Amino acid sequence: MNSSPCKAPEVEGAPETGAPDAPGARWSRICAVSDIPVLGARTLNYRGTVIALFRTADDRVFALRDRCPHKGGPLSQGIVHGEHVTCPLHGWVIGLRDGAAVAPDSGCAARHAVCVKEGAVWLAAAALPAAPFTPGSC
Amino acid sequence: MRKDRLVVVGNGMAGARTLEELLKYAPELYDITVFGAEPLPNYNRILRSPVLAGEQQISEIILNDVLWYERHGIRLHLDSKVVRLDRAARRVVSENGTAADYDRLLLATGSKPVILPIPGRELEGVIAYRDAQDTHRMIAAAARHGQAVVIGGGLLGLEAANGLKARGMQVTVVHLMPWLMERQLDRAAALLLQHSLEARGIRFLLEARTQAILGDAHGQVCAVQLADGEPLPAQLVVMAVGIRPNTELAEAARLHCDRGIVVNDTMQTFDPRIYAVGECVSHRGIAYGLVAPLFEMAKVAANHLAQYGIGRYCGSVPSTRLKVTGIDLFSAGDFQGGRGAEEIVLSDAAAGVYKKLVIRDDKLVGSVMYGDAADGAWYFRLLREGTNVAQLRPQLMFGDRNLGNAGYQGRDRAAAMTDAMEVCGCNGVCKGTIVKAIKEQGLFTLEEVRKYTKASSSCGSCTGLVEQLLLSTAGGDYSPAPQAKPLCECTEHTHEEVRRTIREQHLLSADAAMKMMAWQTPNGCAKCRPALNYYVLSTWPREAQDDPQSRFINERAHANIQKNGTFSVVPRIWGGSSSAAELRRIADVVDKYQIPTVKITGGQRIDLLGVKKEDLPAVWRDLDMPSGHAYAKALRTVKTCVGSEWCRFGVQDSTRMGIELERALWRMYAPHKVKLAVSGCPRNCAEAGIKDVGVIAVESGWEIHVAGNGGIKTEVAQFFAKVDSREDVLEHAGAFLQLYREEGYYLERTVHFVARVGLEYCRARVVGDREGRKALYQRLQFAISEEPDPWKQRVAGVARHEFESLQGA
Repeated sequence: MNSSPCKAPEVEGAPETGAPDAPGARWSRICAVSDIPVLGARTLNYRGTVIALFRTADDRVFALRDRCPHKGGPLSQGIVHGEHVTCPLHGWVIGLRDGAAVAPDSGCAARHAVCVKEGAVWLAAAALPAAPFTPGSC
Repeated sequence: MRKDRLVVVGNGMAGARTLEELLKYAPELYDITVFGAEPLPNYNRILRSPVLAGEQQISEIILNDVLWYERHGIRLHLDSKVVRLDRAARRVVSENGTAADYDRLLLATGSKPVILPIPGRELEGVIAYRDAQDTHRMIAAAARHGQAVVIGGGLLGLEAANGLKARGMQVTVVHLMPWLMERQLDRAAALLLQHSLEARGIRFLLEARTQAILGDAHGQVCAVQLADGEPLPAQLVVMAVGIRPNTELAEAARLHCDRGIVVNDTMQTFDPRIYAVGECVSHRGIAYGLVAPLFEMAKVAANHLAQYGIGRYCGSVPSTRLKVTGIDLFSAGDFQGGRGAEEIVLSDAAAGVYKKLVIRDDKLVGSVMYGDAADGAWYFRLLREGTNVAQLRPQLMFGDRNLGNAGYQGRDRAAAMTDAMEVCGCNGVCKGTIVKAIKEQGLFTLEEVRKYTKASSSCGSCTGLVEQLLLSTAGGDYSPAPQAKPLCECTEHTHEEVRRTIREQHLLSADAAMKMMAWQTPNGCAKCRPALNYYVLSTWPREAQDDPQSRFINERAHANIQKNGTFSVVPRIWGGSSSAAELRRIADVVDKYQIPTVKITGGQRIDLLGVKKEDLPAVWRDLDMPSGHAYAKALRTVKTCVGSEWCRFGVQDSTRMGIELERALWRMYAPHKVKLAVSGCPRNCAEAGIKDVGVIAVESGWEIHVAGNGGIKTEVAQFFAKVDSREDVLEHAGAFLQLYREEGYYLERTVHFVARVGLEYCRARVVGDREGRKALYQRLQFAISEEPDPWKQRVAGVARHEFESLQGA
């Protein structure tokens, strides 16, 4: 299931090493982890795009653009299980870590770097560079 | 801790399939080493005949390429035939000296072609037809044209003959028995087959014994000498007289063998560390040579290797389909009949159609079909499931498409469809796509086809068609869905087992249920979580913990999600009776929230479509009407006609009855949606005949019908009971629905529930047992009387986060 070639987000200056709350930081504080239901999601209108923030059973948080690569379904409304979410429209299963659809479906939802520090959820100010996506290969 | 080492001897379909299954159960459990005698990774051996006939390439029939093994961290030794098994040292050694120690060993050594003990068998140009290498040698020989003799007129021999003929050789088939494929066909079908192959230019010599194979001075084959007659000139001789389990290695290690390696129902050999699967085994005295049984064995062996310890292999009913393009032939089970068996035969020699069904004790036990095998899948299912066919008997011979069913049965003939014709209307999948996926991806089961093509994965009404395509493409190797299906891929447990465990162990949350039943995924999936959540809530009302995150979005947001992410709102309109005030409020809401579409539904309600999620609580507040639960697996509507209050034909007040039913049953969650209707007279204007519970007024009272369905497959409701009073209608309808709530499987409509448990069973529990009925009705009331109106709750602020976006920086 984890054999997708979509790469995991890599963003410099993640708050574990930098200071997210320092002046001029490239991270924005969004909410408390507890604002997101366990095995659930919340949405955020971020500079014109809707981003879905997911919380796993062990309190990790992932961020994807709220659009299923299949037919644009709102992933935030799906059922979250393990590190995946099932799209509510047609049941595609999307990996939260890499945004990739689980085979045999193929496609990627755009990812955003996100991290949790001291119970707060931080989103990278700049969206991640689009994952190298060619239909069928991702 | 060191992982246990699993060594697999044999990299064919059975061995590799067992690994695939094992990796699903326990990906990290073993350190795995695989030995394969052939230089190729696992390929689809069944499809070597299309390769020989030039219809496919070898590369197209590879099932698991080398990368697959790498990805799963499996050490793969190709071209390494294992020649020694040392059970005391727990070690295997290959021909080229590679050794591997094991904690568990899986033998999947397959079978060997039988080589006739006749002079000349070792000559150049004499080959068996078994593996990819044989196929290549035959293709090479065919390139030089000339004459070929195929010894053996069984399945494999005929496929070889056809392939060689297609590649331009002159082919003669020599067969010892009086007719072709005598193990799968009776004489009549075999004759038709023979004629049609003769028309392609293949020559047959039946009841002919091969005495010797003659060679020239260079040791190259030049002719076949029969017991009586002239020598047959041949530059290529193919021996296809059968296979026998390859037990050399096991026997040399003194593992108990009797024709094959003897295994029990868990696929364990007499050495408890050693398992065996595939054509090399002998299970209950039978050695199988077809793929479907191998896959069933693989599943069982993997389950035990993964230390789950459940699952038994109980033998298979083999079925065969000849993989020769243009010849439609199917055979399954005991086709010869014999004592105590009855035969139904349809024979039209001129049209080249022959069908025989063998019935014993009202059950189909065997069938042979030639020329028109479109119904093979259906017959095979009847056979395997031991369905009583007494009722079907007058139409049985004409196939399921003549039973008059609109769905599920695959009434169209898959074989007659063109590639561009649509099979699955829900997902827009055409026949060509499905056939291509089956061939290229090596699919064998309905589940796999669903996964890869999405065909039959939505409404399921094309399931019969897809099964036919599987059968005609993958042949007898198609493995039918097991009867006891696990709830989903996260578990081995069936719905039945899960329901029982939740009841017996007093499990009060989906989470607890997953823990107790050793779910294989950390938090289940979108299939099992809603089911588990429903099961705990319906089994332990007022006690069990509802988990909103285990509900589909519609039940979590209490509105129906639409394709663009907006929602639709359907307020409850009791019995379809409204008022000016209600309609005015609805109109005001539509204006205020600029709701784009207002639609009258089939259930006599009003649907407001295109509502933004964040507006939902305000829309509900302004509507000030109860939730219609149009989004839930729950009671939806009670449709009514106007009845005796206005109608000149009405004999009872159906509107009032409908409103009473709806008020008594609303907020009732169920395995699937539930729709009711009440008609005021037998003209039945409320269409009660296609509802889960349909009530029809008669002069003397009410008739209750159950298990109707107007959906995917129209099902007429069945008569359930006749009662006198409105109270009795409420109690009977409620008790029936409570039975369904308690014993139905999640996503099983009443029609399927009743088909599964039987109408008589439901009648006995509800109509025949007065005390039982009252108890059921009381349990229903207990479950729903304190169920809140979810819209009111949310207007008051419950689950606010569900409807609010985060405000980022």
